[in-house]
Amino acid sequence: MDEGLADFGEYINAALSDHVIEWTIEHGELTVRVRRDAIARVLTFARDDVNAQFKQLMDVCGVDWPGRDERFDVVYNLLSLTHNRRLRVVTRTDEVTPVPSVTGVFSSADWWERETWDLFGIYFSGHSDLRRIMTDYGFEGHPLRKDFPLTGYVEVRYDQDQKRVVYEPVKLTQEFRNFDFLSPWEGMPEQLPGDEKAGPSEQS
Amino acid sequence: MPETEIKNITMNFGPQHPSAHGVLRLVLEMDGEIIERADPHVGLLHRGTEKLIEHKSYVQAVPYFDRLDYVSPQNQEHAFALATEKLLGIEAPLRGQYLRVLYAEIGRVLNHIFTICAFAMDVGAMTPMLWGFEERERLMEFCERVCGARMHMNYFRPGGVTQDMPAGLADDIAQWADAFPKFLDDIEDLLNENRIFKQRAVDIGTITAADAFDRGFTGPNLRACGVPWDLRKAQPYDVYDRMDFDVPVAKHGDCYDRYLVRVYELRESLKIIKQCLNEMPPGPVKVDDRKISPPPRADMKTSMEALIHHFKLYTEGYHVPEGSTYTVVEAPKGEFGVYLIADGTNRPYRCKIRSPGFAHLQALDFLCRGHMLADVVAVIGSLDIVFGEVDR
Repeated sequence: MDEGLADFGEYINAALSDHVIEWTIEHGELTVRVRRDAIARVLTFARDDVNAQFKQLMDVCGVDWPGRDERFDVVYNLLSLTHNRRLRVVTRTDEVTPVPSVTGVFSSADWWERETWDLFGIYFSGHSDLRRIMTDYGFEGHPLRKDFPLTGYVEVRYDQDQKRVVYEPVKLTQEFRNFDFLSPWEGMPEQLPGDEKAGPSEQS
Repeated sequence: MPETEIKNITMNFGPQHPSAHGVLRLVLEMDGEIIERADPHVGLLHRGTEKLIEHKSYVQAVPYFDRLDYVSPQNQEHAFALATEKLLGIEAPLRGQYLRVLYAEIGRVLNHIFTICAFAMDVGAMTPMLWGFEERERLMEFCERVCGARMHMNYFRPGGVTQDMPAGLADDIAQWADAFPKFLDDIEDLLNENRIFKQRAVDIGTITAADAFDRGFTGPNLRACGVPWDLRKAQPYDVYDRMDFDVPVAKHGDCYDRYLVRVYELRESLKIIKQCLNEMPPGPVKVDDRKISPPPRADMKTSMEALIHHFKLYTEGYHVPEGSTYTVVEAPKGEFGVYLIADGTNRPYRCKIRSPGFAHLQALDFLCRGHMLADVVAVIGSLDIVFGEVDR
């Protein structure tokens, strides 16, 4: 399967050379990074081309890389039943640049794009109904962004006096603990601290 | 007589409706009793699983998968375990793989019994529910005996399973597997030719194969449209390639066919369970790498190294090398995928969960248009929706 996959990577790169930025195979999975404005064109090609036949869009999701210029990846996972093959199409965007919606290519993209908008704040242009889907009515912020705290900003409770659910800022009885496991305890370094003057250790 | 203008009515269905299978709020636009538009509002059970997993180590993430689709927890752990194993570059030992397949199939039986019986109850048949839960109780006892928990098993781990089966369990499962077809016959007697059941299910919520592709259908719902696609056959994982079973396919893609496919899948699952029990080799059930799987408890009393390993595994966990994978399993409801990105630390950088129910529920509007109000219940029941996985 792997050789066929590399051939297919070459093929899609050649057929869409204007749109494909790079393609890689990792763990036996093909990933193609494409230009943002060409995403609908690429997915249409993947769906209709006789050698591709990716008839099913399995998933659309966002990934946040805050350190990068265009901080978001939008990832489309496709499946071809005819060739028993998967394809991952990735494109990049930032907080303000919209990604063209692919609901015209795959109907199933509808809710997944809504979810990506809700959780990451990635805007999809041309989507007919880009409401929030996962979070509460009237929720503010995009919770899966890396700069959104795990505990959130508001909490709800039922208020006995007002006879309704009220929103309040989060009160933590104990400060949120985030353990850093990137500690230097990964094993003994070549040279122990304090031994700098002794020079390279000699085996006795 | 003056002409009266008839307006469409907007109606709320749920979120506390017993036939909504949980917390579905459905806003229906009705023309009399005909549905013009159905707008499901999901997310009432959203717990932020993906965000929580980003803040937990890999082993701590496993229990979250139990709580997604709480009707078949094992199968989802399976997806996460396989994804992590792929990134770590390890493979579970053979007995571990057999145990995972055995329990994944038990999970499938648990799920399908529940779905069939709940669907039957949604359309008015009370008895299957009562009978089905008796069987489910037996199966959950098997789960309890192997790992201590009836439902949220936390049994499949990256690198194998937590522990081996206790003595005598295999015989009891075999005994149950021999008796189970009787139960299936009874259910089929009750439902297959039942006049009321057929009136409620046949030709309701029909979808063609082309539409099903477009809407991301997978699993039994796709097979009910005549597409012989099963990830256990097409992209086998663990020891499914050694198993001999058939993939049942129906033709019409309506509620009745979705029910039939599930009933036949139960019989196929039974074949796999029996094969697993017969062929399961002796041996270890998890990888023999102390950096990934914890040492036996007895060792920890005497060996300093085992104690350190145990401490490190349960505080820090293991570091997974950088990389990403989209790993799928054939969960009872369809393709359950985990898109896992590791950044070399002990926590997943991103863990997107692709739940089959999300795609199926999305098609509810498409399936229900032009149907009567009562058909919504039948369609939801036959699609097999569980909100734990839809809302995540």
